[in-house]
Amino acid sequence: MSVYLLRRLLQAVAVVFAMSLIVFVGVYAIGDPVEILISPDADQLERERAIAALGLDLPLWEQYFVFLARAMQGDLGRSFVFNEPALRLILQRMPATLELAFGATIMALIIGLPLGLYAGLRPHSPLSRAIMAGSILGFSLPTFWVGLMLIMVFAVQLGWLPSTGRGPTRELLGLQWSFLTWEGMRHMLMPAINLSLFKISLVIRLTRAGVRETILQDYVKFARAKGLRPARVVGVHVFKNILIPVVTVVGLELGSTIAFSVVTESVFAWPGMGKLIIDSINVLDRPVIVAYLMIIVLMFITINLVVDLTYSVLDPRVRLEAKGT
Amino acid sequence: MSGAASPTLEVRNLRTHFFTRAGVVKAVDDVSFTVPRGKVLGLVGESGSGKSVTGFSIIGLVDPPGRVVSGEILFQGRDLTRLSEEEMRDLRGNRIAMIFQDPMMTLNPVLRIDTQMIETVLAHARVSREEARQRARDALGMVGIPSPEERLHAYPHQFSGGMRQRVAIAIALLHRPDLIIADEPTTALDVTIQGQILAEVQKLSATTGTALIWITHDLSVVAGLADEIAVMYAGRIVERGPVAEVLDRPLHPYTVGLIGSVPSRNRRGEPLRQIPGMTPSLLNLPPGCAFRARCPRADEACRAEPPMRELLPGREARCFRPHLEAAAETAA
Ligand SMILES: Nc1ncnc2c1ncn2[C@@H]1O[C@H](COP(=O)(O)OP(=O)(O)OP(=O)(O)O)[C@@H](O)[C@H]1O
Ligand code: SF4
Ligand SMILES: [Mg+2]
Repeated sequence: MSVYLLRRLLQAVAVVFAMSLIVFVGVYAIGDPVEILISPDADQLERERAIAALGLDLPLWEQYFVFLARAMQGDLGRSFVFNEPALRLILQRMPATLELAFGATIMALIIGLPLGLYAGLRPHSPLSRAIMAGSILGFSLPTFWVGLMLIMVFAVQLGWLPSTGRGPTRELLGLQWSFLTWEGMRHMLMPAINLSLFKISLVIRLTRAGVRETILQDYVKFARAKGLRPARVVGVHVFKNILIPVVTVVGLELGSTIAFSVVTESVFAWPGMGKLIIDSINVLDRPVIVAYLMIIVLMFITINLVVDLTYSVLDPRVRLEAKGT
Repeated sequence: MSGAASPTLEVRNLRTHFFTRAGVVKAVDDVSFTVPRGKVLGLVGESGSGKSVTGFSIIGLVDPPGRVVSGEILFQGRDLTRLSEEEMRDLRGNRIAMIFQDPMMTLNPVLRIDTQMIETVLAHARVSREEARQRARDALGMVGIPSPEERLHAYPHQFSGGMRQRVAIAIALLHRPDLIIADEPTTALDVTIQGQILAEVQKLSATTGTALIWITHDLSVVAGLADEIAVMYAGRIVERGPVAEVLDRPLHPYTVGLIGSVPSRNRRGEPLRQIPGMTPSLLNLPPGCAFRARCPRADEACRAEPPMRELLPGREARCFRPHLEAAAETAA
């Protein structure tokens, strides 16, 4: 097991290194921040001084090595715009994005699992057909449009829910969280639904497919032949087996949810990392963009690892193989 | 409520059909047999003849589009076809147990053996978890699993196929059922393990009075194990009788063909005599004897449906032209 972990960690380091290079070169290619940052009527001397201060006078490879050397010490550069460490800027906004993403994931499981179970157990009932049709909508409607519709209906027409911001927050572990206050929860509800729509559909489809496949297995028939109650057959024998693919996919999806919460955050003015990165791209704030992308890469790697480990807890067959290597 | 003379199981005119899009599949069509207490019935026939569906009909696990359409399944005098789902659930795994064909597939891969055994105990007995665990351990010991206490913690994939089937048998035995339906439980195992399991099961049914239905397409297994034999073909029982007599002097041409295709019965060097042709599709079976197209003795009369008739004392078959001549003819 520890050999396995070590190998995974080495892989992770290699991926981070490769990504840093790609990201750095990629961001460099997007455009020259000088045009945006320095006022057009600055004279030549002022321009050169500013460029040198930002470290933009060095050749690309040297800029990269400076970045790399500092990154090793946990310094991902200072924002051109805010003149603050990019890392701190992002970390400040991370709790908002994280709680939104987790809220959306939990909602996807709470709504998706029962609906998928029902649709799998009663595939021909009208309700199941309605659920499946709904899941197609969840896949195909664009997030920003659904977000605007939610605001139209629940904020503008009915006035039930607030449409922008996080609402009041409360501190936990030194960070500010919305879900700890009632108002904060109300603020989070619509963005979380908006972000979870795709995932609800995904969970429904995965669960349904898993149930359809699992109930045909001999071990389910054997469980029934043992005289177990239907609730136990479905709740334990079927459910534990479908949990394996669902946890895998939803876990892996968590990364993309965080990365792509950009749209939802923009629609609901949710002050998370997604909103920050959109603003930073607009002004070509390179250090923030690079730092953001590096953090996303790290997050994907961590999530993949955690999913793999969870998977081996859920599926005893995987555990054995891991031990064997 | 059931006298000593009444059999554990009596199946009368059972019909189980599958209502598929392509049409009605008459998987079990007018099947009758009895299994007395402590006796073993061997249910044999080619693949697709309806043996498993017969077993699932008895234990009440025929899934849509299939359904028991008519007939009676009298278990200790109670008609199982009239019981509610909850009453059936109470019998399943308790008074009637089933063992499946493929031991690699019958145990849930993500649950530990103890979980899968204890839940079976608790489904039918009001006992503590500890007591349930004790019973599970005893059952594992009974089917010859070494160090049962440790093995309880294992997952199915940590067992060999033979061991898994022993676990499945141990689960079936947990409540000392009155009837066990064993659906080809040893087909997937190698010959030595098959022999061991057969011997153990036989001993159990003799000592506990458990009635046993042993489903197989291997006549040599039935020969050493069963008291009675019922031969199925295309959803019907075509021949029934005491095992020694049927194997010695089969009456139905299909039984004759089956016996001829058993390797050990063939002289060395002779090719196996397979029954020519294929099992007919059960979908829209043509009228008349279902074996007609493959039967060497078929004639015009066989265009009608042959009824089940008692041809010799205790011997029944569904055939217009049974092998009633000399026993010598079949022995050749
Ligand atoms: N779900 C189903 N839908 C339609 N037909 C079915 C279904 N299940 C079984 N059948 C039909 O019932 C017939 C009998 O099947 P059964 O499984 O009882 O055969 P078997 O004698 O047990 O064969 P084997 O030796 O291969 O196990 C088959 O011809 C099959 O086509
Ligand atoms: S009834 Fe006719 S076709 Fe059918 S088995 Fe007997 S002889 Fe053969
Ligand atoms: Mg079968």
